[in-house]
Amino acid sequence: MIDFGYKIQADRQINLDTTDKDLANFVRKHENSFNICIGCGTCTASCSAGNFTNFNFRKLQLFICRGEIADVKTEIAKCMLCGKCQLACPRGVNTRNVIMTIRKGLEEQL
Amino acid sequence: MAKKVVVIGGGIAGMESSAYLAEMGYDVTLLEKENSLGGHLRNWERLFPTMRLGQEVLDFLKLGIETKVNVIRNANILKINRIDKRFQIELERGASFNADALLITTGYDLFDATKKEEYGYGIYDNVITSAELEKMFMEGKSILTPTGKIPKKIGLIHCVGSRDEKVGHVYCSKVCCVTAVKQAIELKEKLSAVEIYCFYMDMRMYGMHFESLYKEAQEKHAINFIRGRLSEACENQDQSILIKVEDTLAGRPLKLSVDLLVLMVGFIPSKGTKEIGKLMELEFGTNGFYKTKDQHTLTNVSNIPGVFFAGSCTGPKTITNTVTDARAAVTTVASYLEGYNLEIRTKAFFQ
Repeated sequence: MIDFGYKIQADRQINLDTTDKDLANFVRKHENSFNICIGCGTCTASCSAGNFTNFNFRKLQLFICRGEIADVKTEIAKCMLCGKCQLACPRGVNTRNVIMTIRKGLEEQL
Repeated sequence: MAKKVVVIGGGIAGMESSAYLAEMGYDVTLLEKENSLGGHLRNWERLFPTMRLGQEVLDFLKLGIETKVNVIRNANILKINRIDKRFQIELERGASFNADALLITTGYDLFDATKKEEYGYGIYDNVITSAELEKMFMEGKSILTPTGKIPKKIGLIHCVGSRDEKVGHVYCSKVCCVTAVKQAIELKEKLSAVEIYCFYMDMRMYGMHFESLYKEAQEKHAINFIRGRLSEACENQDQSILIKVEDTLAGRPLKLSVDLLVLMVGFIPSKGTKEIGKLMELEFGTNGFYKTKDQHTLTNVSNIPGVFFAGSCTGPKTITNTVTDARAAVTTVASYLEGYNLEIRTKAFFQ
């Protein structure tokens, strides 16, 4: 087959009608403070792991809410559970338990 | 003889200022163009942040003007003459009133959402305004979309007609963010299975209890707040509404279908504000509301001696702000009538 050099770009749009919200609902059910994030990014700014990797807790939370969960498993492995984000969060999100609950949710769905 | 004050506009600001002025011993006439008092307050079932009934606040305001205020309804002002330091107000029906001071409380109108054509209001059936949603709450009927469905997904769009150069209103209307939070909670209480998405530019939760209402909406009602401004809405084949935004915290475009789209319409200067302003040659600010003589120190004072402002005719205000402003205006009017030079300190420092 002749290669014309064309390729199809994947759609970057988040389609909220079809994405998988099961993990979000699982975390919401078991750790309600997951809901009260306001996306300020204090967690990410204070993150020890974020200094050395591209781990971003704010985005992780956001993408789980949007049902875009393909990368969650690899991303969440970067967290060292140091808990600095929990000390810093102005909204009182129980971030460590959010992480633990996400891990549990991923295990249960496997 | 008691000095005379005529208050123009029988909404919250007009009613509350009339009550205080009358209680202080002034001869107060309150002119309202419509047949009933209360202005926009009559159209809102529950009020943020307490969820108190609007009717209760209306009853409170009515009690204040029950005995001592001369209330004239259906009053269409034809002419306002200024003779020396006094004013003469002529109504369409021939009546006329004299006043030593005028207090203008002509309020606001809601933004006409058809001007934001890309949002589909007036084009698609299932796009409504926040005022229309409130009317549904007022009527106490079950919540259905205009095409007769029980909505499973509802989108609330903040800043419709506010902070938008394209429609000529660059200012924030102050109340829409918290109204969206209030209405989202009410919708969730009425329709437990519904999913609610609020699309905001900034969450402006400046009031003392607004932030906790916002947190309650997230924590207790799992309402979704997505930072992004609606670019366009279009109708799906089943008459649900497809909306497109950028999820700015994700940095990705996002689309979603909702059964009902609610546009949080903002404040614009009212027709009455424009008419009275033109009639009297009052100064308007750049946003079309009345211009006060100083933004910090003369907030109820107009460019004409003896003419004062209260309420949202000078800019968007919550009910709390309006009541406070009405009482501040009363102090200003009374000080003027007692001969206090209102502007002397401002002139010494700022002019």
